[in-house]
Amino acid sequence: MASANTSTTAEHLLWKGGVQPMKVGYGKLMMWIFLLSDTFTFSALLIAYGLVRYSFPTFEGLRKSFEFSTAWWPIPERVFASVPFLHGINAPLVFVGIMTFILIMSSVTMVLAVEAGHRRDKADVEKYMLWTILGGIAFLSSQAWEWGHFIHGTEEGLALADGTKIFGATLAQNEYGPAAFADFFFFITGFHGTHVLSGVILNILIFYNAANGVYEKRGHYDMIEKVGLYWHFVDLVWVFVFTFFYLV
Amino acid sequence: MAQHTDNTEKVPAQTKEIWRTFWILLGITALEFLIAFTVDADTYKWTKVGIFIILTLVKAYYIVGIFMHLKNEVKSLIWTIILPCMFVAWLVVALIIEGGYIGWERLFFTGK
Repeated sequence: MASANTSTTAEHLLWKGGVQPMKVGYGKLMMWIFLLSDTFTFSALLIAYGLVRYSFPTFEGLRKSFEFSTAWWPIPERVFASVPFLHGINAPLVFVGIMTFILIMSSVTMVLAVEAGHRRDKADVEKYMLWTILGGIAFLSSQAWEWGHFIHGTEEGLALADGTKIFGATLAQNEYGPAAFADFFFFITGFHGTHVLSGVILNILIFYNAANGVYEKRGHYDMIEKVGLYWHFVDLVWVFVFTFFYLV
Repeated sequence: MAQHTDNTEKVPAQTKEIWRTFWILLGITALEFLIAFTVDADTYKWTKVGIFIILTLVKAYYIVGIFMHLKNEVKSLIWTIILPCMFVAWLVVALIIEGGYIGWERLFFTGK
């Protein structure tokens, strides 16, 4: 079979019909199509956030006099203004910035692993996959802290008109703004976090295979590339979540 | 690095473009932070929002184009991915406008 094929296409990239639509392997094309469908899912979540946010009133006064209330949408940088180990210090967006940096960095090590796979450099693939897994775990841990802090709330809480106080956030109510604000926070960052978790599991699987020489025996490291696509997508989604949930 | 010296047949790593992209992404994120903290949100709210959206799309271009190698794929694959995403822009506009109406109706019927 291999000798009959006169084209320069690698054998493993040919589809079963002996041709190669769009000049990519079947698995890689399907990964792209899956990511396209996932794009729609995340778009739907973020656009729903935009709709609900825009339907709520914004705070009328100047920013420096902003106060939390369930009557208007909060300014996100006032909500996410804490950093671990720096209790009581107002540091808006700093922790999210660190999380963004961790995810971009792990995307870089992933693309370095893919590049090492092209060179069939087993040791380099292992090294960079390990860094990528580490980055993913660091991000998930940061998100766990962020959720914990968000759920736990501030010491002051929010006093309601009837005299009761709300501390932290649940799906039913939260001290930062309308209930929908916390709901969207849990759903969007939670859905993204689930993606990161599956990404870390996939990364561990292909690291295990690479370390055992499975891809070396197979003759190519295409699997690293396919999982790499997924991992970059997770980073891409975070770029959008970061803008539309934290910055805007 | 030890693993680079044990095998003389190895192809040298092509990492220049990867690191260049990393610095671009880091630079844009730093710029976003700078704008978030220095530009007055009371007067320039929508200018800020506009800048953030443009910078986000620039970052998306670098991640998809270079990290995911979409730039190096054939044209039919590039359009298979990009074209459906363009229609999302319409959904954004439609539903944001809808959100404005929902808010107005809520104000009209419940007064809050």
